[in-house]
Amino acid sequence: MWELIRINKRKSLFVLILMFILMVSLSGAVGAGFYTVDWVTGMIWGALIGVVLWAVQAAVAYFAGDDIVLHFNMAVVVTPESYPQLYNIVEEMKIASGLQVMPEIYIVQSSGLNAFATGIRREKTAICVTSGLVENLTRDELQGVIAHEMSHIMNRDVLFMTFAGVMLGTITMLSNVMLKGTVFANSENKRSRKKGGFSGGHPAVIIVVLLFAVIAPVLARIFYFTISKKREYLADASAARLTRYPIGLASALQKIAKHSSIDFVSKITAPMFIVNPQFAADEDSLFSASTHPPVYKRIAILTQLQHGGKVSLETYQRIYEKELEASGLFSKTTLETDKSEAVRAESAEKISESRKDLADVILANAGFKIATCECGLKIKLPPSDLRMKVVCPRCRKEISVSGSNAAPVGNGEDGLVFKRKNVNSWESFPCQCGRFTFQLSPLFRGTSVVCRHCRTKVRIEYPE
Amino acid sequence: MTFLVIFLVLVVVCAFSFFAMYNKLIGLRNIVRNSWSQIDVQLKRRFDLIPNLVETAKGYMKHESETFIKVTEARAQAMSAINKGDVKEVGAAAANLDSALAKMMLTFENYPELKANQNFLSLQEELTSTENKVAFARQAYNDSVLSYNNAVEMFPTNILANMFNFKKSDFFEIEEKSEKQAPKVTF
Repeated sequence: MWELIRINKRKSLFVLILMFILMVSLSGAVGAGFYTVDWVTGMIWGALIGVVLWAVQAAVAYFAGDDIVLHFNMAVVVTPESYPQLYNIVEEMKIASGLQVMPEIYIVQSSGLNAFATGIRREKTAICVTSGLVENLTRDELQGVIAHEMSHIMNRDVLFMTFAGVMLGTITMLSNVMLKGTVFANSENKRSRKKGGFSGGHPAVIIVVLLFAVIAPVLARIFYFTISKKREYLADASAARLTRYPIGLASALQKIAKHSSIDFVSKITAPMFIVNPQFAADEDSLFSASTHPPVYKRIAILTQLQHGGKVSLETYQRIYEKELEASGLFSKTTLETDKSEAVRAESAEKISESRKDLADVILANAGFKIATCECGLKIKLPPSDLRMKVVCPRCRKEISVSGSNAAPVGNGEDGLVFKRKNVNSWESFPCQCGRFTFQLSPLFRGTSVVCRHCRTKVRIEYPE
Repeated sequence: MTFLVIFLVLVVVCAFSFFAMYNKLIGLRNIVRNSWSQIDVQLKRRFDLIPNLVETAKGYMKHESETFIKVTEARAQAMSAINKGDVKEVGAAAANLDSALAKMMLTFENYPELKANQNFLSLQEELTSTENKVAFARQAYNDSVLSYNNAVEMFPTNILANMFNFKKSDFFEIEEKSEKQAPKVTF
């Protein structure tokens, strides 16, 4: 297992370097095409600009990528107190994988079933799951999914896929500049009948450069999707090996494949999800623009592995070779240092009732107030809703809303009272009707205020 | 002169590969020790959880004192084995505890009131998870032992291993029988 990481690194590094060479030569070619005076100088400058372009994007992704992804998705942190079971499962997988650092766990509010890992740097990794996933999977299934994500972290896939993704982006961009530049320059030339701009270079250079601009993005895409797909199988194999329960991941994949689509995915983060959220589940062709292998094949391999009774990387590879008629996944050294383990029995825990409340926990975390009516209906109020009392839409009863954000108005002996805390700054509080917010200026010294809508009077008290 | 330079370069290269191999052995041995302490931590955690669980369950289960006694005994046995620090003995004791716990869990099945107790449920999740953690820690430990033992036995690191007395570590094996029994827990 430990060897595995190192060897994967080396193989991916090779494809990454190929992609890098492709990018440098493309940007060099673009430079040669555009700089008409001397194409060698142009090439050098082009290559330099291309590398700098990539380096800047890669640096942004390296230092802020994780935060950007998590912030955009409005992810909520999971602590052992807030959601013990999920935390336990992640900790179990952390122990099994022998990782030194416990990844942070996040939940995203979404009914879609999916999960992804981030962790470009080793010290700061995170696993993010959707609330739909936690609500719908059994403990074993959830463990399989977490193990798959943990394997991505263990194999440092996030790092490679981010760098490769940025490279793919740069190559596509350069080729666009090239092709559009040519069309633009040519139409300009026809009008002004003057040589210059892009088509001023040597004709042979231009033809080579144009051809290159068309082929490079296609090549880059093939490279990219090759690494990406292979890494999914690798992560599946390691997940099966970690949990010793391949069928858990298989049945999770089955559930996820049906509802994997979520709306916060970018092209760069797509490879990190357990099932590609952007495309249909069973695309299956060499040039399909999918970062993930077809789900049914992954399920088939895992199911056969389960029936074999012993889990090891070698058995996974054997089934993989048979199923896909492709060459091996792991190197010989990896297989030599791997130990085969017996498949463990199913754990009995099914989906617990407490998971159904998970969505509420997340909402409460986001500042929502939850009012439960006697008839059993739960009313969830967004933070902007300041009403202290709501009418149940089912049974028409009036329910009072309690929650952290409820108005800081207390019931005094003679009606409602608001106690000012700091007279030297603005203070505001909502009226109980929820339609008006009182704003008290630092200069305000009145003894009471009246709501404009419901005419309720609130007395103001001052600190001594 | 040329001869001297070549000789010096050779010496430096040898020295560096020597250091690298030595450091690799040390690193692998530390991983083994680290994984072992992880098993230790999880087993101890389980020992702490058992009395709590037994106390909570006792109130509901008046007629199962024999089951509780067995669990408590197995726990004491495993604890003394851990304090001795012998890998093989700990393996046997842990297997014993596993089967005693599994039996206790099965008897819980007959007490629906117990399963409605929130405190009991959270204890049960903790115990399930800790059991998993023990199993996974054992797995990680065995993985690390395999890489370490490979390094101790294989050329060229085995030369250094002999010189500096790096000894092979034991795998943490649990008997097949109990391994299959333990997870068959139905709540």
